[in-house]
Amino acid sequence: MTIIDFLFFLFASGTIASALGVVASKNPVHSALYLVLTFVSCAAIWLLLEAEFLAITLVLVYVGAVMVLFLFVVMMLDIKVAEMREGFVSYLFVGFLIAFMMLALMVYVVGPVGPDVMGIAALDNATRHTAEYSNTEALGEILYTDYVLAFEIAAIILLVAIIAAISLTLRRRPNTKHQSPAKQIKVKSDERLKIIDSDAEELK
Amino acid sequence: MEAVMSDTGMVGLTSYLTLGAILFAISVAGIFLNRKNIVVLLMCIELMLLAANINFIAFSYYLNDLSGQVFVFFILTVAAAEAAIGLAILITFFRTRHTIEIDDLAALKE
Repeated sequence: MTIIDFLFFLFASGTIASALGVVASKNPVHSALYLVLTFVSCAAIWLLLEAEFLAITLVLVYVGAVMVLFLFVVMMLDIKVAEMREGFVSYLFVGFLIAFMMLALMVYVVGPVGPDVMGIAALDNATRHTAEYSNTEALGEILYTDYVLAFEIAAIILLVAIIAAISLTLRRRPNTKHQSPAKQIKVKSDERLKIIDSDAEELK
Repeated sequence: MEAVMSDTGMVGLTSYLTLGAILFAISVAGIFLNRKNIVVLLMCIELMLLAANINFIAFSYYLNDLSGQVFVFFILTVAAAEAAIGLAILITFFRTRHTIEIDDLAALKE
């Protein structure tokens, strides 16, 4: 058993255990925190596969941004845990049955059948790179040349997501005081200053 | 001296694919078990995408081809967009209905 094997089994068991935690924990906040643990141990698995850039991206973008968003939403909404757990036990059997059937099929394909029929054993072209190899550099080289169009589309998708998320959640309360830039620009000078005719003597 | 970094160990492509399959099955079970709680449903979808990403990266490594990693990059982008829009819809729904019960989400049907 090499050190790679040891690290793989360590982080794989961590990933599976925390994924079970996501599914089974009563409190959605705990689920979100277990999901963070799943992502972190999965990033370690990706490091074993020499995908260093994506592993760090997973930790920074997913754990740092998306999961924090999840936590914010879970804590903002007032979730009644008891109601949410309704049907957990009654669906336990059918859920595990379907999951087990899918798992058995997939493991059957990649395990006993795969090496012969699917030719998975022949796919073993893995070469460990030396310490000078930069995964980020290699990824950037093909991302900005061969996949530049897909990269631009990904940027547009993110932009659309930003606009959609903001326009969905933006609301104007009627009784709050806020400036209207359109009205501020349209104003004319005679609307700003009003001269009132008044007799100074009479005011005394 | 033993070559520590060599790939002569027992972990191969099959191990990584099995890990992906197990994660996928767990998230399918989670969708069935937590069908009342839409936040956990969204988390299970994230878990499913993660299982797919593990397969992509494992194949990318064992085929010695970086295209798989580029694809994972795009999946991460789309998943982040999906999570943001999904949570925004959830918040808007909660504001109007003051509940996030999935059974109340059938308003469009009626």
